[in-house]
Amino acid sequence: MEKVMVIQGNEACVRGAIAAGCRFFAGYPITPASEVAELMAAMLPGKGGIFMQMEDEIASICAVIGAAWGGAKACTGTSGPGFSLMQEGFGYAVSTETPCVIINVQRGGPSTGQPTSPSQQDIYQVKYGSHGDYEVIAYAPSSAQEAFDLTVKAFNAAEKYRVPVFVMSDEVVGHTREKVRIPETLGVVERRKPSLPPGELFPFRAMPGSLRLDGMPAFNQGYNLLVEGQLHDDLGNRAGTQVEASARLLTRICDKILKHDGDLLDVQGRYLDDAEVVVVSYGSTIRPAMQAVRQARAAGIKAGWLKLRIVWPFPDEVIADLAGKVDRIIVPEMNVGKIVREVDRAAHGRAEVVSLPKLGGALHTPSEVLAAIEGRNDRASHR
Amino acid sequence: MHPIAEKYLRKSALPQFFCQGCGDGTIITALMRTVDDLGIIDQVAFTSGIGCCAWIPVFINADCLHTMHGRAIPVATALKLTDPKRKVMVFAGDGDCMGIGGNHLIHAARRNVDITVVMVNNAIYGMTGGQTAPTTPHHATTKTTPMGNVEFPFDACEVAKAAGATYVARWTTAHPRQLTSAMKEAINHKGFAFIEVLSQCPTQSGRMIYGNSDPVAMFNRYKETSVSVARAGKMSAKELVGKIVVGKLHQIEGRAELCDEVYALMSSGGEGLSAETKLASN
Repeated sequence: MEKVMVIQGNEACVRGAIAAGCRFFAGYPITPASEVAELMAAMLPGKGGIFMQMEDEIASICAVIGAAWGGAKACTGTSGPGFSLMQEGFGYAVSTETPCVIINVQRGGPSTGQPTSPSQQDIYQVKYGSHGDYEVIAYAPSSAQEAFDLTVKAFNAAEKYRVPVFVMSDEVVGHTREKVRIPETLGVVERRKPSLPPGELFPFRAMPGSLRLDGMPAFNQGYNLLVEGQLHDDLGNRAGTQVEASARLLTRICDKILKHDGDLLDVQGRYLDDAEVVVVSYGSTIRPAMQAVRQARAAGIKAGWLKLRIVWPFPDEVIADLAGKVDRIIVPEMNVGKIVREVDRAAHGRAEVVSLPKLGGALHTPSEVLAAIEGRNDRASHR
Repeated sequence: MHPIAEKYLRKSALPQFFCQGCGDGTIITALMRTVDDLGIIDQVAFTSGIGCCAWIPVFINADCLHTMHGRAIPVATALKLTDPKRKVMVFAGDGDCMGIGGNHLIHAARRNVDITVVMVNNAIYGMTGGQTAPTTPHHATTKTTPMGNVEFPFDACEVAKAAGATYVARWTTAHPRQLTSAMKEAINHKGFAFIEVLSQCPTQSGRMIYGNSDPVAMFNRYKETSVSVARAGKMSAKELVGKIVVGKLHQIEGRAELCDEVYALMSSGGEGLSAETKLASN
């Protein structure tokens, strides 16, 4: 039976993770993500799962990687400084094609920054924070309901694409209590077993006609796995000094995300058919934007909104298409203006792109967004 | 190829690339004999970090996570937790274990997780070209202490013991049989086991610290300066200066182990530990 609960976004992430099959969590306390660890500690053992509070966030992401190869669906949750400490582990997970989920309840930075105040300042760090070239998948929930739904999707995408997948929540989503409907049945992607037995499987070779790997063997199943952070060949043997093998691996682990099956496109919009001005955003900032668009419509302005539920890979085609139809795109963000650069790039000069940044740790108000729609917000900067 | 090498080496990873005279080959042999004697090749799970000795388990045909510098221990902890039947072994250098990963070592020891950490100590950062390590002797010359090391080295075994390790041993590459026995004992020990292996690095520590890159000279130095735990107990502090105390330094049986504790919570069906247990520990 469908269950309806009134819970905060952090709890919705935990319930989503467990519903998606998460049975290992390792984390370290940090505001505003601590409830994720606390609820995992309370709920996982009863589900046959393991909770570990590690000595730091570095150990947390490393334990998650170990658990994944140990055979478990694994997850961690953090914020700000903890997210920075985990970057090395993210790179290792990308290189070794280790499925895992990271919930980042964003707070303001840099450094200690603004504990317990929301931000969207990590939206580039999630894609570029670890050294080297790579691609990841990043969801951005804007409500407790989406925190649940998108965490489930994150686990599914991690299994399918064998990559760390991020749920880029923020303090507003994490701490707002609201209604969440938990459906009776969920589409859960289970870990796929390798299609070949030990001795025949190349654990790091893409499936025929695909950029993705075959099923994932666990340790102690006879596969004699070599999981190697150095760029490697199809067996896992180091190939960092081999130009062609290294380039092939790096290209594939990027392209498997960039040339996805279409399922990594996740946008929602309203009033787009006849819109002249559209507010594009992600995470909690879409909420005042939606309200502002309603008010604008009531005032006779042809406004619309577009919500990016997946930010990375970036939906270039959607923005390009939109830019061909509308006059102006406004991008409110709780940072100095980051995703607006992606929007501007994808719009390719076909629409005016306006950045509406807000710093200081507060969500935009609907009237601030409305003022930008009406062209009278002097904080908005035209690109 | 020797039959034991034929049986256990990961052929696709060969040839190995250790320098001539490196101690790592001795340790690989000890590891193969350990796995063979215990008959546990299907149960072993290896992790290692970055550094020369981190390649030791890579050359064994078994499951291995060759991870990041200093990070092998938390990865190993999770492998053990996800299946306590695994025999999890970590191979880490002194830089891995005492430097960048020191925090992970002490916390794994504190948790008494049933894994075996083998720390290969060559007293220097070898792979990167001979820089000072947290184990480099006081006043020794290295690439980053060209005028002499102003710092003091860690005694890794004392660190592990103080942090809660329930099995601690030290051997050198001049004691391959004893090292093999210690590995077997450590694997069979229920709880966190730590073995320090002093291992010659003729290329870096030989040349930089000991003024002699002859592996045989380094090997003989291990033989000549090693004293057993029993004999060391009868020696004065002054007599022990410059000596390497080898043998089993510490063992405690029966202390609660991490996986047992975690799985007890699980089998309580989410009820948690009883009030009496909690009160007793407070």
